[in-house]
Amino acid sequence: MELLRFATAGSVDDGKSTLIGRMLLETKQIFEDQLEAVERTSRDKGFDYTNLALLTDGLRAEREQGITIDVAYRYFATPRRKFIIADTPGHIQYTRNMVTGASTADLALVLVDARKGVLEQSKRHAVIASLLQVRHLVLCVNKMDLVEFDEARFDEICEEFSDFAAKLDIDDLAFIPVSALLGDNVVTHSPNTPWYEGPTLLHHLEHVYIGSDRNLIDARFPVQYVVRPMSHDHHDYRGYAGQVASGIFRPGDEVLVLPSGFTTTIAGIDEHGGPVEQAYPPMSVNIRLAEELDVSRGDMFARPNNAPTVTQDVDAMICWFSERPLQAGQIYGVKHTTRTARARIQELNYRLDVNSLHREDDQPALAMNDIGRISMRTTVPLFVDEYRRNRITGSFILIDEGTFETVGAGMILAASAG
Amino acid sequence: MTTQLSHLKALESESIHIFREVAAEFEKPVLLFSGGKDSAVMLRLAEKAFWPAKIPFPVMHIDTGQNFDEALDYRDRRVAELGIKLIVASVQDSIDSGRAIEETGPKASRNRLQTVTLLDAITDNGFDAVFGGGRRDEEKARAKERVYSFRDEFGQWDPKNQRPELWNLYNGRHRKGEHIRIFPLSNWTELDVWQYVADDEVELPSLYYAHRREVFRRDGMLLAVSPHVTVMEGEEPEEMMVRFRTVGDASCTGAVASSATTVEQVILEVAASRLTERGETRADDRISEAGMEDRKREGYF
Repeated sequence: MELLRFATAGSVDDGKSTLIGRMLLETKQIFEDQLEAVERTSRDKGFDYTNLALLTDGLRAEREQGITIDVAYRYFATPRRKFIIADTPGHIQYTRNMVTGASTADLALVLVDARKGVLEQSKRHAVIASLLQVRHLVLCVNKMDLVEFDEARFDEICEEFSDFAAKLDIDDLAFIPVSALLGDNVVTHSPNTPWYEGPTLLHHLEHVYIGSDRNLIDARFPVQYVVRPMSHDHHDYRGYAGQVASGIFRPGDEVLVLPSGFTTTIAGIDEHGGPVEQAYPPMSVNIRLAEELDVSRGDMFARPNNAPTVTQDVDAMICWFSERPLQAGQIYGVKHTTRTARARIQELNYRLDVNSLHREDDQPALAMNDIGRISMRTTVPLFVDEYRRNRITGSFILIDEGTFETVGAGMILAASAG
Repeated sequence: MTTQLSHLKALESESIHIFREVAAEFEKPVLLFSGGKDSAVMLRLAEKAFWPAKIPFPVMHIDTGQNFDEALDYRDRRVAELGIKLIVASVQDSIDSGRAIEETGPKASRNRLQTVTLLDAITDNGFDAVFGGGRRDEEKARAKERVYSFRDEFGQWDPKNQRPELWNLYNGRHRKGEHIRIFPLSNWTELDVWQYVADDEVELPSLYYAHRREVFRRDGMLLAVSPHVTVMEGEEPEEMMVRFRTVGDASCTGAVASSATTVEQVILEVAASRLTERGETRADDRISEAGMEDRKREGYF
């Protein structure tokens, strides 16, 4: 069974909670007593329909306490796939939430209300999904029941969204007309949309092909921890533990060790209990080298003829999460793969207007929820790839050295060697 | 040759990555171990993360003094097998020293007192990272918790002020006296845990499989007759086939009627439990209450 991680984005009224509730219900993740409670509450409140949004509640109590601004993770499974939903609610800290959810997502699900059409917010979600290199995007045109399941209205929305998405970097875009409230095209095909010949939402989530999304070309292995048992049974064992970022490693392969620049071969790759023939992302393994070299946490294994850029100068898109603005000249902590450093912001090149995609030059700072392009210089060299090519070696976080909070997420655009 | 991990192997790899990250970046981690199934899986993952070396941190049991013998036997056996240090922090000691006040009455439980003992033990030992077996599918509030969950000098969690977690980059920075709770099983569900127990042949205390035991009904739960509970008037002990879904303090851990004697049968029951276990936990508030208690029992948080 495969794992598919997806992020959902939307505002309070577009039916996102109802859609998630519908999927959880129809894939039988919901206890009957929970459903009864929801039906009872819905009746008490005088709703005409069972309000499935109440299923993902707790939310409601949390809302009263003011913590709805946070990403929630939910889980469901079908015989074909296990799903992890990063549910990213909308208004406050929307960029932070969506960026966080999208950072690990294979797919982004964006909802629009069929009556309202494509709003600025829907565009913003698409921009963030594209920026974070989420390869698959599904636009669910919800509340089709409120527009009499009108094909022309659906087509109009699809066309408008397609025009906008054409400016973005999205490999795979799907459109599905649904009614989360009534269940049309969520799990079963709706008799109300005979004109729609595509898959239901669940069918799409179960079958969308994600096998080629991982980078299996560029071998990158950030060393995380050095395993040295120093015991009688494993006297000379020295394993470099880590999670494969990209590419495939096999015993006998020649590897380049960064930053030292030495090359050697892989003597063996171990998982707990024994050797394996190959290691690919996201496997956590121990790699043993043929020669004893000085290797420690923060180093990286690559190939002599395919290595990341080794650099202290990084250009990146930054999503800013802090109330204290980002400005040129400031210094932050950086965590990139297993390497930590400090970085000075050299220049704020522009701020991106995520609604119009316009680049606003001459901005003094990035405020909370802003996205912009910066260049920075790090205290030690990092081993980087372009984020578009590698989500692991192309990403980093910025940490405020006063508060220790995570204040920014960075996606590397280009790096100049040296 | 395939280059696609199954969902369980992907979850395992993610958890191992988290264990190694903490061992590399923190000075004094500790793993909470109750003998329950989640902590059994945690210990197994930690074992894998550092193989063939020993687990480079101790495990700690917050001992209410009201344990099932099977769980204690299991705890001691696993610790001996792995050759790691066990710290037992005793709720009785907290009571004796006046740090915690014992509840009274027939329904008295030491469940809540564990927090005092836990926080004192973290401070006394200077632990800066505390691994727990909590999962996001357990409870609605937990659905929002981070893998690295920051705690201030009072051990408090501030859900409104959590650090965003992106990619596989975790921020463990903290000051002296503060610590981070670490949840490597965040993305696992109850069913994932059971499937892993089956696939990886993880040994569990016998309590998790159906056995004959003297139990009685209280508040919709089946409680085991033991020296740690007082059977009240009107409560009729009877012998039944039961198993435990969670294993913790004997005074408040409920059993469920079950005929599942193997892990495969338990998985079938867990998968179908949406249909069968409802009747026993009818009142809605009881579901969430029980969930909260499960959570405290399994993860102490």
